Amino acid sequence: MSKRAIYLVPLSVFLVMAVYFAIGLTKDPKIIPSALIDKLIPEFSLPPIDNGTPQGYGKGFSSADFKAGGISVVNVFASWCLPCRAEHPFITKLSKMNVAKVYGLNFKDTPKNALKWLQELGDPYDAIGADPRGRVGIDWGVYGIPETFVVDGTGKIYFKYVGPLNGDILENQILPVIEKLKR
Amino acid sequence: MIPEIGHFALILALLVAFVQATMPMVGAHRGNQAWMAIARPAALTQFGLVAVAFGCLTQAYVTSDFSVLNVFQNSHTAKPLLYKISGVWGNHEGSLLLWVMILSLFGSAVALFGTNLPPGLRARVLGVQAMIALGFYLFMLLTSNPFERLSPVPLNGSDLNPLLQDPGLAFHPPMLYLGYVGFSMAFSFAIAALIEGRVDAAWARWVRPWALAAWCFLTAGITLGSWWAYYELGWGGWWFWDPVENASFMPWLAGTALLHSSTVVEKRDTLKGWTILLAIVTFSLSLLGTFLVRSGVLTSVHTFATDPARGIFILGLLIVVIGGSLALFAWRGPALVSTGVFQPISREGALLFNNLVMTTAAAAVLLGTLYPLLLDAIGGGKVSVGAPFFNAVFIPLMVPMIVAMAVGPLLSWKRADMKPALSRLWAAGGVMIVAMIAVWAVETDGPFMGIVGIGLAAWLFMGILSELAGRIRLLQGSLSESLSRLRRTPRAAWGMTLAHLGLAITIAGMTGAGAWKVESIQAMKPGDRVSVAGYDFVFDGARSGTGPNYSILSGTFRVLRDGQLVTMLYPEKRVYNVSQQPTTEAAIHTTFLGDLYAVVGDEDETGAFVTRLYFNPLVGWMWAGVLIMVFGGVLSLSDRRHRVGAPKKRGAGLAQAASA
Repeated sequence: MSKRAIYLVPLSVFLVMAVYFAIGLTKDPKIIPSALIDKLIPEFSLPPIDNGTPQGYGKGFSSADFKAGGISVVNVFASWCLPCRAEHPFITKLSKMNVAKVYGLNFKDTPKNALKWLQELGDPYDAIGADPRGRVGIDWGVYGIPETFVVDGTGKIYFKYVGPLNGDILENQILPVIEKLKR
Repeated sequence: MIPEIGHFALILALLVAFVQATMPMVGAHRGNQAWMAIARPAALTQFGLVAVAFGCLTQAYVTSDFSVLNVFQNSHTAKPLLYKISGVWGNHEGSLLLWVMILSLFGSAVALFGTNLPPGLRARVLGVQAMIALGFYLFMLLTSNPFERLSPVPLNGSDLNPLLQDPGLAFHPPMLYLGYVGFSMAFSFAIAALIEGRVDAAWARWVRPWALAAWCFLTAGITLGSWWAYYELGWGGWWFWDPVENASFMPWLAGTALLHSSTVVEKRDTLKGWTILLAIVTFSLSLLGTFLVRSGVLTSVHTFATDPARGIFILGLLIVVIGGSLALFAWRGPALVSTGVFQPISREGALLFNNLVMTTAAAAVLLGTLYPLLLDAIGGGKVSVGAPFFNAVFIPLMVPMIVAMAVGPLLSWKRADMKPALSRLWAAGGVMIVAMIAVWAVETDGPFMGIVGIGLAAWLFMGILSELAGRIRLLQGSLSESLSRLRRTPRAAWGMTLAHLGLAITIAGMTGAGAWKVESIQAMKPGDRVSVAGYDFVFDGARSGTGPNYSILSGTFRVLRDGQLVTMLYPEKRVYNVSQQPTTEAAIHTTFLGDLYAVVGDEDETGAFVTRLYFNPLVGWMWAGVLIMVFGGVLSLSDRRHRVGAPKKRGAGLAQAASA
């Protein structure tokens, strides 16, 4: 490579990045990727969190659980995720309302940290599945956690929210979707 | 009326910046003194106008003028005065105004104190500064006007995010911005040098104080943010690899590299193209840091505003500033001739190694922050990157760098021999091994990285002290000779020594806090006692009260060690009246070996309170180490050679003085 060409490298790298930024701007990360609306959830089976006992912690869950009828909410969380803490009280609130089954997908976490987190903040989930390497999360199209999915009684993804839930989003987005599905 | 004055001042500032960005540049190109001279009064006028605009917005906040949309959205009459003022920059529009005010402040500093700069260079530097300012004024006036009116006027505001109502966070953004904007000076000097086609020791000497000051502010700013997270978020952590934290950390890494490579330009007349590139990259990352979290390109809990019009404008600005400067670099960079040559094993080589590690680290953080975005853009899989990625990348990068950091200052310029340098480090090696064995003996079950971290900190600390001892010929001659050498050591050299010692202490603190944290979470009733890391925490109950704009739950803990009272701790939980958002105020008692840290939570049905008690080892070392680093930077900044400005021919006395 000639000397002149080396001086062109930084510019080229930046221009490639700029193209990505431009594409990134056209996508609103909070909007559900159209590819997932009304699609069936991926086939998967998640084990419970390994706590040293044979049965583990949190029951685990699989795609079969969603096809038995009844509305489900899947919340993707991890102990290392800062906003997950912020939304935890609202997941708890949702769970206490008993309007839907609330599943926790523990994403790229170590069992030790996840258990500590649940012990500290409380466990609002009906079942928890551990996804330590993120394989199942990728099938679900997990972009940046926390993410929350609403799945109808036939196993179709009906709604997705990216980012931490708060009172407003719970009241005005998640609950209305659940109400609608109930009818 | 007053908000309109502010708005008008902003428009005038835009016009002045336009003049400042064009006429001095043309003047410098044609050698027209009168046109070049316009830069000075223009820079001062611009600062005056922005200061007026900033004053007007502050007035609107202090008097709670809710006819201004920005004030309505971010303030409330019941808020304490400090947070009314800090609310000015606690939002998107106001923070941009603060940014551009600091920019113009630095510009007028060059105009006033840069009298020893060659007139052409000064005109161009101020011209480039005005171009940056121009972009900000346009952005504010077109998409983010802080003076927008609201009608009908609401009775009260919607309050500032309670998490931001905190003394630590009130001063965090101004510090960060002083850092970010400080690097704009290095950037302007780099662009001016590219236009002139000349980079020499004198140029490096003008750039260095700006880069150093910016580095000090940025270091302090990042630490304030981290400290805030530590005591306010209430779970004893201090760094989360959140996109916003990364955004300030990237310019810090690149800026640290710039600081070290500019030394090489000054002393050895080489690495010129690289240093110019670093100056451009550092400021580009600062710009990215300012914008990334506001554009909606990345989602984060911190994002102030996601508005597509703003996003497009920001992208355009980034392309013009970064793309333009990198294109200029590609065009003019090859003309910069370096005269100094050096062997890989030399002071230059060591500094270059530092540069490579720092830039690689910055690139890794950039990649980790943007990766989800990049992959989404090409329609590939969806991924998420968190702390595990950063720790996996960062630790292997930093370990060899810290090992080398003790060796680098012992190497001579140009060509060095590894053997004598290493032979001066036997004491450091010995202390490192002793420290590692001691750690292993005390914390046998602790993580392996804890032993490595403390060992590295000991190695670096002793290595720096060995270098200092060698510099003053301690034990090699008479004590009086050593003392007189100690006195004559230039402040810049002291600065380096202190900054590196500070880093060693910080590393020890980070290691301790990461490796041996002890925590205990439980429900406690008044009178209950919990033992954490050898301390007994006795819960004496909690009571309710009210603050200026929040209601409060205040817990009381007695902390005992062997039956003796160590301290009382009063953690609080606040619920802010307007937003009903709760915040925790941890109670912290710092001891030499660690922090006692208590948080009180909600009361359950049985009358017990959820409490979280921590022993966070060596956290105080972390903050103290950073303070020492910043002090080292300030000390180096006060060195005589920065005040002297242009270097004279190097005399015999200066030549042997060790450098920072």
